[in-house]
Amino acid sequence: MIEIKDIAKAFGDKEVLKGISCTLRQGEMNLIIGGSGTGKSVLLKCIIGLIKPDAGSVLYDGRDFYRSDQEEQQAIRREMGVLFQGGALFDSQTVHQNIQFPLDMLTTLPENEKRERVEFCLQRVGLEGTGKSMPSEISGGMKKRVGIARAIVMNPKYLFCDEPNSGLDPLTAVKIDELIKEITDEYKITTVVITHDMNSVMEVGDSVIFLSKGYKVWEGDNKSILKSDVAELNEFVFSNKLLRDLRG
Amino acid sequence: MSIIGKYFIFLGTLFTRREKIKVYWRRFMEECVGIGVNSVLIVAIVSSFIGAVSCIQTAYNLVSPLIPASTVALVVRDMEILELAPTITCIVLAGKVGSNIAGELGTMRITEQVDALEVMGINSASYLVLPKVLAAMFTFPMLVIMSAFLGILGGYMAGTLTGVISPRDYIYGIRDSFVPYNIFFMCVKPFVFGFLISTISSYQGYFTKGGALEVGQSSTQAVTNSCIAILVADYLLAQLFL
Repeated sequence: MIEIKDIAKAFGDKEVLKGISCTLRQGEMNLIIGGSGTGKSVLLKCIIGLIKPDAGSVLYDGRDFYRSDQEEQQAIRREMGVLFQGGALFDSQTVHQNIQFPLDMLTTLPENEKRERVEFCLQRVGLEGTGKSMPSEISGGMKKRVGIARAIVMNPKYLFCDEPNSGLDPLTAVKIDELIKEITDEYKITTVVITHDMNSVMEVGDSVIFLSKGYKVWEGDNKSILKSDVAELNEFVFSNKLLRDLRG
Repeated sequence: MSIIGKYFIFLGTLFTRREKIKVYWRRFMEECVGIGVNSVLIVAIVSSFIGAVSCIQTAYNLVSPLIPASTVALVVRDMEILELAPTITCIVLAGKVGSNIAGELGTMRITEQVDALEVMGINSASYLVLPKVLAAMFTFPMLVIMSAFLGILGGYMAGTLTGVISPRDYIYGIRDSFVPYNIFFMCVKPFVFGFLISTISSYQGYFTKGGALEVGQSSTQAVTNSCIAILVADYLLAQLFL
């Protein structure tokens, strides 16, 4: 479980996050949604320690990330897996090397065990036999899958995905969502997904947090999102014609 | 001033939270190939022609019965060892290696590859930049030694093939009044220049913000700043060591 308490962040005069608090539960798909420029990615970066917030705290199972010493922060980081928006695969390495990279850097496992673990992760994301390909030789959807494989190779307790289905066709986007959901259920990890895709919300969103103008405006599950009386949320949700039709 | 301060803080981060030596060794060897071995051809071509041109132009300016022909070779040798091989070679390398480093790190930054390293708990600056700096400081002196040799050889080829100087006079000239200390000075320069080029270019690339346009700007800025730093350092080293 991750507890976020009063996170605030400003860049110069521009306040991006204005005191956001929420709880991201274990074994659930916690979706953070909102329009472009509402601070979703900044919030994610604050949670994973890439941007230090001006105020507030992030607690990983009770461990305050920003008040921990460097060693403790490293220990928490090793329990994280992150899927970046573009995959963030290392261009100079093959798919196999990309996935094995965290094992090489952070563990002392023997080479054969590392290889087996990488093969397992490749199989888990449905990419058997692509280990020798370079990132430039595979499609966008495959890059996301490799990114997921790299994120889960260290058996993380917390999985973070920044817009995992952006730039993908609808079918591949659903498959990526389902894959993340399966992994969350299978390993009972705390998964946080940043998205503005309502399909993802309706398909896999166990818990949904809606951000607008740097504030948390609404929190609930994907069943109650259609019944909300928050004007900003309704404007966001019902910008989708299918959902408008569903509402009637 | 804030940029200079940020640059020195950046240099400090290269030596904190270091990874295993084995990791650095592998990265160092890769960078030696990328920075050093892959620069051999361009350095060889530039050096040979600069040596050849130096010989022809020096001979053109020393047309006098009072000056022995071997002086042409002596001038070519000293120009090569003291200035052309270390400084011009490193300016060429600032263009090739500096832009490459800034472009690579800038692209890694904007495609979140640097963030991916950080979130794994790896000191991205140290992991990515330190091997480049060490590789540049290790391979640049070797490239400069090769450059000086090829420059003097280029002068020999051009001078003797065009009849400007006889082979005997050229060999006599390059051995005449030779100061071994100059070789030491020649090797100090690329060591310092290698550090400057690799760190300045890494700094520019590492802190790139934006997209493809900014990566291009970082590369250009890396080359410009590296060239200025080389020329300033060249003057300071000459004052200090000669």
